[in-house]
Amino acid sequence: MADKGTAASLVTGNALAGDNYLNHTKGLRSWLFTLDHKRIGVMYLVSILASFLLGGIFALLMRTSLLSPTKHIVSADTYNQMFTLHGAIMIFLFIIPGIPAALGNIVLPLMLGAKDVAFPRLNLASYYCWVAGAIFSLLSIVLGAVDTGWTFYTPYSTTTNTSVVAMTFGALILGFSSIFTGLNFIVTIHKLRPKGMGWFRMPLFVWGLYGTAIIQVLATPVLGITLLLLIVERTLGVGIFDPALGGDPVLYQHFFWFYSHPAVYIMILPAMGVISETVSVFSRKHIFGYKAIAFSSIAIAAISFLVWGHHMFVSGQSNLAGMIFSFLTFLVAIPSAIKVFNWVATMYKGAIRLDTPMLYVMSFLFLFGIGGLTGLFLGSLAVDVHLHDTYFVVAHFHYVMFGGTVIAFLGGLHYWWPKFTGRMYDEAWGRIAAVLVFVGFNATFFSQFVMGSKGMPRRYYNYLPEYQIYHQISTIGSFVMGIGFIIIAVYLIRSLIAGKPAPANPWGGATLEWQTTSPPPHDNFALSPEAGDPYDLEAFRWDAAVGGYVKKSDAAVAVG
Amino acid sequence: MSDTHSPHLAHHFDSPVQQFESGKLGMWIFLATEILLFGGLFCAYAVYRANHPEIFVYAHRYLDKTLGGINTAILIGSSFTMAWAVRAAQLGRQRALKVLLALTIACAFGFLGIKFVEYEHKWKEGLLWGKRYAPHAEGRAEPAADPAAAVAATPPAGVNAEEHTLIPPPARGPAGLAVSDHADERLHLEQEAPKNVQVFFSVYFAMTGLHGIHVIAGMALLGWILLRASRGEFGPDYFIPVDLAGLYWHLVDLIWIFLFPLLYLIH
Repeated sequence: MADKGTAASLVTGNALAGDNYLNHTKGLRSWLFTLDHKRIGVMYLVSILASFLLGGIFALLMRTSLLSPTKHIVSADTYNQMFTLHGAIMIFLFIIPGIPAALGNIVLPLMLGAKDVAFPRLNLASYYCWVAGAIFSLLSIVLGAVDTGWTFYTPYSTTTNTSVVAMTFGALILGFSSIFTGLNFIVTIHKLRPKGMGWFRMPLFVWGLYGTAIIQVLATPVLGITLLLLIVERTLGVGIFDPALGGDPVLYQHFFWFYSHPAVYIMILPAMGVISETVSVFSRKHIFGYKAIAFSSIAIAAISFLVWGHHMFVSGQSNLAGMIFSFLTFLVAIPSAIKVFNWVATMYKGAIRLDTPMLYVMSFLFLFGIGGLTGLFLGSLAVDVHLHDTYFVVAHFHYVMFGGTVIAFLGGLHYWWPKFTGRMYDEAWGRIAAVLVFVGFNATFFSQFVMGSKGMPRRYYNYLPEYQIYHQISTIGSFVMGIGFIIIAVYLIRSLIAGKPAPANPWGGATLEWQTTSPPPHDNFALSPEAGDPYDLEAFRWDAAVGGYVKKSDAAVAVG
Repeated sequence: MSDTHSPHLAHHFDSPVQQFESGKLGMWIFLATEILLFGGLFCAYAVYRANHPEIFVYAHRYLDKTLGGINTAILIGSSFTMAWAVRAAQLGRQRALKVLLALTIACAFGFLGIKFVEYEHKWKEGLLWGKRYAPHAEGRAEPAADPAAAVAATPPAGVNAEEHTLIPPPARGPAGLAVSDHADERLHLEQEAPKNVQVFFSVYFAMTGLHGIHVIAGMALLGWILLRASRGEFGPDYFIPVDLAGLYWHLVDLIWIFLFPLLYLIH
């Protein structure tokens, strides 16, 4: 079926001119009702990037407002709504679906040599749940923007007159979207692996997605019931969290963090998977410690369910509970560090190529290192009492969420961009933007570590003049980051029109997605591929005629 | 298109076995999410019961053990007909499949009907959740056999909290709502009405309400399966949907089997 296009593209592996998933069927309907995981992934990608833009605009407005301790460009109420919207949009609309639903959707079946995910209709349903959830969440801006912070803590969230119900109902539906993706991925990974791919032949990105999917499936329903109880509390007066009716507001915090702490690992695990792929490919070296990285993904997923109490050290929970949660929190550092050491060991004596994805890998190692280590400060009971609800916390989770997940997302986006668009982006601009984002990020958030440790509380609208210098550095840094993102947007969009056609395997990756054309055909592979070692990079060599990498053993066969 | 494939085999699966196993695994994972969804409520139940056992001991007497027991039996019966329906589909016994699916749905209707009677009674007595908890005094003197009058006598706002104790024992309620009518027990209840009884009813309505929604979803699902069965779509080669709907239905049943003793049979 796809042979005509494939035959034409066998030389370079580029299928833009032939039959590929982008032009396989035409018209808006063929996209809106598509069951093709690649198209759904692309729709997810566009949607979450739009959310990222929106959340980013709110962040920049806040940072601008904080330039001065007293003069502001927005009112205090608007400020509260902005940090709520920034948090809720970035968490629920962007970062949770970010890597799994967008990049994972595109790449997972390709990596498994499969034609699609196990349940294509459920995949589309997941996307439309996302859309519906996004509409409800954003509707709240019109109905009275929520000012509770993204955590919706009771009793404030049950008494404020802003539209908490619309926002939480949106988050509830987004939860379905997340569960559908997770369920789909677990079944896909279990049942659709190709011949020759045992569990320990899976690419590490797949391990990352697997750990993520487990958390999505097991934690998200608890958020569902929590938000449902919050909604019926507001609408019907069911007082499960209302102290006036004998309810317990701290129970809300327990429920909320039982989801929302594992959710942090929904964000970071797939990011770690992206790093595992790219660090090996751009170091031209077999991944170091494959099994250790794979198992540590699962270990992180398992421990993630047992540490939620570290968000509540000052909520009045017992000292014993605090100590246990503190201890378990420290345990997370072990598998995380195992991964970092293995990545660094992979780079050791490798032939490192500083292409854009690799710059993001190195940013990740640096920023995630800081983010992870400052997590240990916050996991210590006594230190946390001092740092709780200060900018130190804000800086910590931005180092993990942004410095970890978003940076890895950008790395993955650049890494797989040639595969799913069939075009190369401008490498020089890519590197410039990566450096700008790195520098801007550190200026924005390292200054927040400093002011946080000096006692600047988070979420405050006004502040004491002695903090102004840190706020100014932070704001300038955020502008630098903003410029970096504008550059990225411009060259990526430009590449779609004028980019050099991408070869099948521009980076020399050994995972299966590089063995089909760029962009792949509708059915992904002309012939079902057989899996080998996903990190056997030695088997590929650069071919100048192709402009990409080819398999050494196939070089002769391909022409015939 | 390809005639080597079963018409039910989706294009991205290699074999019907792979498709069947994928569907089964997917359903089991979905059931795990359902258990965790209810898990939040079970957890809330555990917390409140551990902290305030007196509320649960006091308030559970207003639930009707007889009706709850009948409903438990109905649901277990429906699980039996459901399991039998799956077997009928596997054996290709079309008529039996349709009858058994219809019986299962009928049981679900029966369950919801009885649940409605119970809810209506609570509604009339003002034994509702959180803010709506306002047991009314008049109900005591009125023969509850006249539902219209009882509804009209919905409690006024601002009922004195002490009047909890004036709730008539459910023996005065509609037939079949009897619990215990011993005068000394009633005296006991009146003396020891604890604070925050509404917590029990919040938990009760949240748990049974969410379960009821799942029963309704299950009925819709089974109705769809019945429709497909009546078109003769299922047989020994293809019975995945019946099997998966059955798994879901058993879970709905199972959750009730936990809810019944936790809410109705407290000592």
